[in-house]
Amino acid sequence: MTFNCRSLLSIEELSRDDIELVLETAWRMKEVGQREVKKVPTLRGRTVVNLFFEPSTRTRTSFEIAAKRLSADLVNFSASGSSLSKRESILDTAKTLDAMDPDLVVVRHQVAGVPKRIADVLAAPVINAGDGAHEHPTQALLDLMTVREEKGEIAGLTVAIIGDIAHSRVARSNIHAFSKLGASVRVVGPATLVPPDIERLGGAAAGAVKVFHSLREGIEGADVLMALRIQRERFAGALLPSVREYAATFGLDRARLRFAQDDAIVMHPGPVNRGVELAHELTDHRPSVILDQVRNGVALRMAVLYLLSGRSSLPAPPEAQSE
Amino acid sequence: MATRDTELPALPATAPVVAAPRVAASLTADVARGLNPGAAAAQVLLDDAAIRRALLRIAHEIIERSADPTRLYLVGIPNGGVPLARQIAHNLREVAAVSVVVGVLDTTLYRDDRLSSAVRPRLRRTEMPSAVDDRQVILVDDVASTGRTIRAAMDALMDFGRPRAVQVAALVDRGHRELPIRVDYVGKNIPTARDDLVKLQSDADAPESAMQVVLLRGAGEAR
Repeated sequence: MTFNCRSLLSIEELSRDDIELVLETAWRMKEVGQREVKKVPTLRGRTVVNLFFEPSTRTRTSFEIAAKRLSADLVNFSASGSSLSKRESILDTAKTLDAMDPDLVVVRHQVAGVPKRIADVLAAPVINAGDGAHEHPTQALLDLMTVREEKGEIAGLTVAIIGDIAHSRVARSNIHAFSKLGASVRVVGPATLVPPDIERLGGAAAGAVKVFHSLREGIEGADVLMALRIQRERFAGALLPSVREYAATFGLDRARLRFAQDDAIVMHPGPVNRGVELAHELTDHRPSVILDQVRNGVALRMAVLYLLSGRSSLPAPPEAQSE
Repeated sequence: MATRDTELPALPATAPVVAAPRVAASLTADVARGLNPGAAAAQVLLDDAAIRRALLRIAHEIIERSADPTRLYLVGIPNGGVPLARQIAHNLREVAAVSVVVGVLDTTLYRDDRLSSAVRPRLRRTEMPSAVDDRQVILVDDVASTGRTIRAAMDALMDFGRPRAVQVAALVDRGHRELPIRVDYVGKNIPTARDDLVKLQSDADAPESAMQVVLLRGAGEAR
């Protein structure tokens, strides 16, 4: 079994086998993180660049720790205090970076598709660390890893993704990820925050994605409840009336949890708006697995860095060759 | 499985390479699973009885050379070394009534010759049940050859602590050493060509089932 992508840009493009290989590798990497010496020499002499055009602490730190546990040299290239704020075009930035010969580049950008454009001009593989409302593949993979750890199997589970589906790259990646592994996916949220054609995202497993506008119906019998972060700026516009209104209709608390399976787990990609999408008591304790998600994130990102760091036999994209 | 119909050792080092490494791996996997048995000229070098005799002798040698057998720690290198380490531990219990710790240590993340490979090899499991500090650690592998796996295993081992001594046991020693590494306990020395593939076949799920060491001519990695 080999990983068939040169870069990791989306879950949509991954095969089921690719996903399985990443999860198996991440499981092995988790053991490395439990050793007293949490470092292996695998990527010694390799350079990983974190290219973050959008502020991020968690994901950037997670990639940073992952790269360091594999002995790679890591350079952070972030938007503030760099030429990114001097209006250099993205592709010029990418080409400049390429001339410094990085071995792997991790990209986050507020616009969907930017990591792909950068991958097209770079010789190095690119990992999408979140692009606009498109995808956040490593988040979905670490979510799969966490659910598999808790539930054993993904196939046959019912996963409810709750909240701002329309603006969430985490939702899109997870819809693809869980449907590819055979779970049935429900999206739950107010009509203003659920895009109309979302059911079709399941792809090959068409019909696997169902839409609910009532929290109670949406989580009824679900095994996994995944709350999404509601961004405060959404309340300013016409999408949501108020924070309290949202918390009252779609916020999860212990009382509402009883509609789900008895052993349902609660997930959140973080950072949590306490008291909005998740009640305090659910944020800190079981059945919440939020900190397991964070812990698995490091192992999962080690796996992705490892799998993409082989001298790929897949050809570089034509644009890069002609540079 | 193929019969013992050809002379064993020493093909010239220039023997033609018939398969790329990845093809070879799937080929042996097929042979191991009993699919496709005629596909490669798989030749049995050691049958189950010979392997069990060799492992019993190794257990006796380990006892002879161990000042304090209760400090022994066997570490199997996957995949081939794992059932062998388990069997040696069983033998040590029988011949010396000592119960030794058995661990599993994957060397993939420590290898020096995989950096340039096109495809990252799959990782295998590592399970080190207790600390290696002050133990007499014996690394167990099925086939010793270049010494690179053993070098990687030593590096990996040092990340788990500071053993009192590290020794190496291998069921088969093929020669072709590329590093200054010695095998302390050898089941059998078998000269082979560099591009042959020698492999222990066993059923990981059934430790009591029959094992054998086979040779696939020209199916290994040519260097």
